[in-house]
Amino acid sequence: MRHTLSILVENRYGELARIVGLFSARGYNIESLTVAETLDPSISCVTMVTSGDDRTVEQIVKQVNKLVRVVKVTDLTGLSHFEREMVLINVKAGDQIAFQRVLQLVSQNQMRVAEVMPDGLIIEATGKWEEMNDLVRELMPFGIRGIVRTGAVALSKEAN
Amino acid sequence: MPSTAIEDRCPMPDTDGATAQMMRGARILLESLIREGVDTIFGYPGGAVLHIYDELAKAAPRLRHILARHEQGAVHMAEGYSKASGRVGVVLVTSGPGATNAITGIANAYMDSTPLVVITGQVPSKMIGTDAFQEVDTIGITRPCTKYNYMVRTVNELAEIVHEAFYLARSGRPGPVVIDIPKDVTADQALLADPVEVRLPGYQPGVTVDPQQIVRAIAKLLAARRPVLYVGGGIIHAGASEELFALAEKLHLPVTPTLMGLGCFPSGHPLSLGMLGMHGTYWANMAISAADLILAIGVRFDDRVTGALEKFARQAEVIHVDVDPSSISKNVHAHCAIIGDAKSVLQRMLAALDEHSVPSPSRLDAWWEQIDGWKLKAPLTYERSRTVIKPQQLCEELHRLTRGEAIIATDVGQHQMWLAQYYGFRGPRQSLTSGGLGAMGYGFPAALGAQIAFPDRQVIAFVGDGGFQMTAQELATAVQYRTNTKIVVMNNNSLGMVRQWQEIFYQRNYSHVDMEWSPDFVKLAHAYGAVGLRVTHPAELTTVLEKGLATPGVVVMDVVVETEENVYPMVPPGAGLGEMVLG
Repeated sequence: MRHTLSILVENRYGELARIVGLFSARGYNIESLTVAETLDPSISCVTMVTSGDDRTVEQIVKQVNKLVRVVKVTDLTGLSHFEREMVLINVKAGDQIAFQRVLQLVSQNQMRVAEVMPDGLIIEATGKWEEMNDLVRELMPFGIRGIVRTGAVALSKEAN
Repeated sequence: MPSTAIEDRCPMPDTDGATAQMMRGARILLESLIREGVDTIFGYPGGAVLHIYDELAKAAPRLRHILARHEQGAVHMAEGYSKASGRVGVVLVTSGPGATNAITGIANAYMDSTPLVVITGQVPSKMIGTDAFQEVDTIGITRPCTKYNYMVRTVNELAEIVHEAFYLARSGRPGPVVIDIPKDVTADQALLADPVEVRLPGYQPGVTVDPQQIVRAIAKLLAARRPVLYVGGGIIHAGASEELFALAEKLHLPVTPTLMGLGCFPSGHPLSLGMLGMHGTYWANMAISAADLILAIGVRFDDRVTGALEKFARQAEVIHVDVDPSSISKNVHAHCAIIGDAKSVLQRMLAALDEHSVPSPSRLDAWWEQIDGWKLKAPLTYERSRTVIKPQQLCEELHRLTRGEAIIATDVGQHQMWLAQYYGFRGPRQSLTSGGLGAMGYGFPAALGAQIAFPDRQVIAFVGDGGFQMTAQELATAVQYRTNTKIVVMNNNSLGMVRQWQEIFYQRNYSHVDMEWSPDFVKLAHAYGAVGLRVTHPAELTTVLEKGLATPGVVVMDVVVETEENVYPMVPPGAGLGEMVLG
């Protein structure tokens, strides 16, 4: 099962490597990872998506919590939270018809044209992980020349 | 007896008015160590730590340096020193190979929760990342086997890091902390700042014990019909032996220690079942398998203890007390979890028990009868011989001659298991062994470190002929510092435990387990300036051991024992604790 972890860690060199090292040493895959400062610049927030059964993830959470400079770990899965990911896609649109159909998709979904090129466009989209997967699937037939995903960021709806 | 408690913070002695003086980083380091109460460092010099050694020569007699003959030996010495005394062990090594040679010891300390501060030299800051001479990414290499590690970037943060490192090493679940110091930092000048309060918002080792869980645990303990106390190294770290003793006696509970817990409860006591696990006693393992309640304190349900997990204590509710929340329900589900150090939890349990009338021991009569039945069915036993010394006999003889009061360090393997079965440790901090990592070569330097902590106590390295050869070079250290360390080599001319597994599980296809050529250990002892003795006949065993133990200085006793002797009873791999092979 997919789990989204929110990790608050002291913003110091080497701390991310410690967190990531716990996963690699145990053979757990990290599906996505984002890191940035919080309101308090001495603390960073890491959003990490991993998968595993509940017992495995409970053990990961405990191990991460054990790290000396990790302040707090929350498994947001199952808690009320808001999760988003941004995707940039370079789509081929060689002729006018293809171009129009891509634009149609853009307007139907919550996307934005970031840049128009002679034979295609770069699309910027934000949404849930599953929505982004659907979007990629729909654009696939046009020919995707490049894609990058930020990985999920997630925010608990409960006050900290 | 040594002090058994690890203080949360160390007192900060005066530093001869060293504060508010400009001094170079190397001196700041040493003054910071002295502030933490350090008087002994185990180490080995090299290029990146030249400034530190320059200062170290001037720091005597406030700091004593023990020159090992290999960095692995230095770390194991610091481990033995720490395990025997309860103090933080301190190691100083150079960059590159100095650091990599220290890794086995650091990993060993991490697995067995031994508080160490290991200082490693590093190439100058400007050269880091250039593949400089003797450069290695010490921080990267030690990250998975330390509780924490630091790279010191400027001389100004050095004192604070040292203070924090000691706090981390000894608080909560203890462990090794590495401080990697680039050479230029040890040359730069700064003021020796006053230590500041450690501020680690995410690290709370002194959690308050949940009183409701204590009430629940007591209710379960009083209601249990087949209870067992399963106790380990956490009792020793917390100095909780007295409390454990009080609880066991009050409720008449059977107690079984792990390998790391040997001595935390006196082995000869009628409530002691002896060690549990792969080579534990039959009755301890049967008791765990049939228990309806297991009170597990300061243990981690290691695979060598539990056997096959799906067959482990299927009828039991588990109360798990541990200072490390990540140990709870890691391998075995805990029905009741109590986070806290063994001493505070046991004190609270005893206080809570005061509110109940003491239950009659007779409530457990049927349970004790069952346990005694198992004990009668399969006592620890071996066949004696008139012609060859049996290793078990050697362990019993050592016990008799030292009254179970010696500090004994072992490596890993058959000799380690026989000693655990037959020595009978009287108290905590007497058994020093490589439990989690299972490192050959640990025993002798660990014994040496313990001897340096307690020059007047009987300290014995009990090692095999294989393990001894991994760190035998420390004989030079033992003799140089005029220690009284005794080395008993249980010499079966083979890598016994591997040989045993090849015999039982690989149809006697003995593959590279014969030590076809070993040095003459008596002559080896002489070469190092130590005394060497050999005994091959059972009739002479007592005389030689008595002589060896009584001879001042370093003595190597080469005890030639039966080669084809196996450690029994045994839980075969994949089997449950209740499925022991008796031999």
